[in-house]
Amino acid sequence: MAKVTMTVNGRQVSGHCDDRTLLVQFIRENLGLTGTHVGCDTSQCGACVIHMDGKSVKSCSILAAQADGSTITTIEGLAADGELHPVQAAFKANHGLQCGFCTPGMVMTAVDMIRRHQGQLDEATVRAELEGNICRCTGYHNIVKAILAAAAEMSGARVAAE
Amino acid sequence: MYETQYHRASSVQDAVKQMEAAGEGKYVAGGMTLIPTMKQRLAAPSDLIDLRHIGEMQGITVSGRSVRIGAATTHHDVASSAALKAVCPALCSLAGHIGDPHVRHMGTIGGSIANNDPAADYPAAMLALGATIVTNRREIAADDFFTGLFETALEGSEIVTAITFDAPAQAAYQKFANPASRYAMAGVFVARRDDGDVRVAVTGAGANGVFRHGDMEAALVANWSPDALSNVSIDASELLSDIHADAAYRANLVKVMAKRAVAAA
Repeated sequence: MAKVTMTVNGRQVSGHCDDRTLLVQFIRENLGLTGTHVGCDTSQCGACVIHMDGKSVKSCSILAAQADGSTITTIEGLAADGELHPVQAAFKANHGLQCGFCTPGMVMTAVDMIRRHQGQLDEATVRAELEGNICRCTGYHNIVKAILAAAAEMSGARVAAE
Repeated sequence: MYETQYHRASSVQDAVKQMEAAGEGKYVAGGMTLIPTMKQRLAAPSDLIDLRHIGEMQGITVSGRSVRIGAATTHHDVASSAALKAVCPALCSLAGHIGDPHVRHMGTIGGSIANNDPAADYPAAMLALGATIVTNRREIAADDFFTGLFETALEGSEIVTAITFDAPAQAAYQKFANPASRYAMAGVFVARRDDGDVRVAVTGAGANGVFRHGDMEAALVANWSPDALSNVSIDASELLSDIHADAAYRANLVKVMAKRAVAAA
């Protein structure tokens, strides 16, 4: 058994699990945070994307033990004080989802992408960056639109803050 | 996944000690190949020794044209290194096209070359750059390191700790990615030195894994241009043939990718 301690969405949590327990299982089953989804279970679809130490990763391809000591953000940790995160709001406004299964991974990917590119995104970049996330409903069109809208809003907000 | 025991190594020495104490141990760095393989029960190591937190295996140092990349450096960090981009942008571009952003945040250069997947990108770069693979025991020329499909010169508990090379005058990598898996169906790295020496390495296509192509190298030494490759023949009998591409198609892809790489260098 592994004892795993990490900071998840700002809260320190610990738990025991098998050494072979995947991080996504730990998040869903031990912590009860079921917003992070398991889609393909073969590291392709990106429904399980979370942030580990500030970077987007596929939590179905990492052991919980490997993540011991890390800082994790899941989809549940994005909205602050009941207000949707700008990326979540943009997905809603642009109808960037249909069934919603891939959405948590898409949103976590988008937040990471916008941070890395400091909000400077174009359509081709967004589409290339979505390489690791599969959506079977939308044809991606409104997802791309939502991410571009969020990037524009967030970089506008950053300029305003500066 | 079968049961396994996880250990986190604090240093290279500690990792070797833990590996030697293990039954059927495996080193894991990013785990982007190993963990999915274990999930499919195609690998079942009794012990996993995690190298990801070993400080001495991290980071990129560039001094003049000489480059050292710690083996636990992620693809993302290679792709976004300004110091490396200044002397060898081809390697940054290669790293930036491995897998997807999430895989690049975890996967490492050392893991990729130690695994020596026949469709991995880094082995082609190591061969074409004439890189040296540094382990905890010795230095191995890339030419002697990649010995076959998923086979390397590494012994038992040996760990790749870094790779080093001198940046070439010109280099580029071009791959034709499988539309579904995005692995290279043919990938060609070309590198040209100031003294005119040229190396051409091919990944994704060889039946025995990554290889150098002597005829393409000779043609490019004589004339560094894409057209110089037009009359070089690529022997399909040594290439992979599978549902994605037969050997003849791969032979054509190798030449097209090589031409594109020379044009891009």
